[in-house]
Amino acid sequence: MRELALHILDLVQNSLEAGASRVLLEIIEDSGADTLTIRVSDDGRGMDAETRRRVIDPFVTTRTTRRVGLGLPLIDMSTKQCGGYLKIDSTVGRGTTVEAVYRHSHLDRPPLGNIAATVKTLVIANPDTDLIYRHSVDDAVFTLTTRELTEILGDMPLTHPDVIVWLDEYIAANEANLYGGVQHENS
Amino acid sequence: MKTVEDLKRMREQFQSQTKLRHAGGIQIIVGMGTCGIAAGAREVMSAILDEIAKRKLQDVTVRQTGCIGMCEKEVLVDVVRPDEPRITYGKVTPAAVSKIIGEHVVNGRIVEELVVGKISQ
Repeated sequence: MRELALHILDLVQNSLEAGASRVLLEIIEDSGADTLTIRVSDDGRGMDAETRRRVIDPFVTTRTTRRVGLGLPLIDMSTKQCGGYLKIDSTVGRGTTVEAVYRHSHLDRPPLGNIAATVKTLVIANPDTDLIYRHSVDDAVFTLTTRELTEILGDMPLTHPDVIVWLDEYIAANEANLYGGVQHENS
Repeated sequence: MKTVEDLKRMREQFQSQTKLRHAGGIQIIVGMGTCGIAAGAREVMSAILDEIAKRKLQDVTVRQTGCIGMCEKEVLVDVVRPDEPRITYGKVTPAAVSKIIGEHVVNGRIVEELVVGKISQ
């Protein structure tokens, strides 16, 4: 994966496959601590201790269509290459939290990339999942939730052409604001 | 800059329009397992959303799904039209999206050269 936004899409897809009805996606950029943290917390079916220990092994997967699972091992590898780590907390029946931490200034850290496209995809293509997206860059925060949008929209679908265009511009503008509206590595 | 107020106005406008939409619209489903994402599924999804916005299609819903086991044929996109077989397209690129939407979603003509599966329902 060339950008963190693709890893993020992958992490949230894991939550959706675990039957989550609520997914909290946080991106925390902290220049003081020099970290970039990606945290995905869901209320899906969760994993037992043994499964949780094994999921970063590429030869382990819960799916039945093939024998390998590469999502978490790839993220694990990419955090470790950038002076960070991957942490997984999970309780059966309660949900899972996956936290990927990168050293922000590390030369090999992939760029966050097109996070707007990732968030737009997740919101529009999963209208029944309550996604809470929160991206902070030091003190600046941008929050977007599926529930807030669907409450405003009522019976107007998220796939309505005007809503797609609105979301595009709304996310892009708010993401740019996080970096003070200036050119940044993700634009 | 777009604001939440714009969205509220949009909704009021939507409600004031006479409802021309038909029930049971067309579904487009994009495979977004690790395999699909690595093959470019998000770019294909973005192209689909752009095409829906550009053509102002109002009775199309878009969903994402995980890996269905045909990883070598990713990016996989399913098109489901009411009362018609479910069509799975393989090796879909952003460039192929406008053809699939224009031909199949809008006009009901299956793009045979990209089909990897048909399921009759």
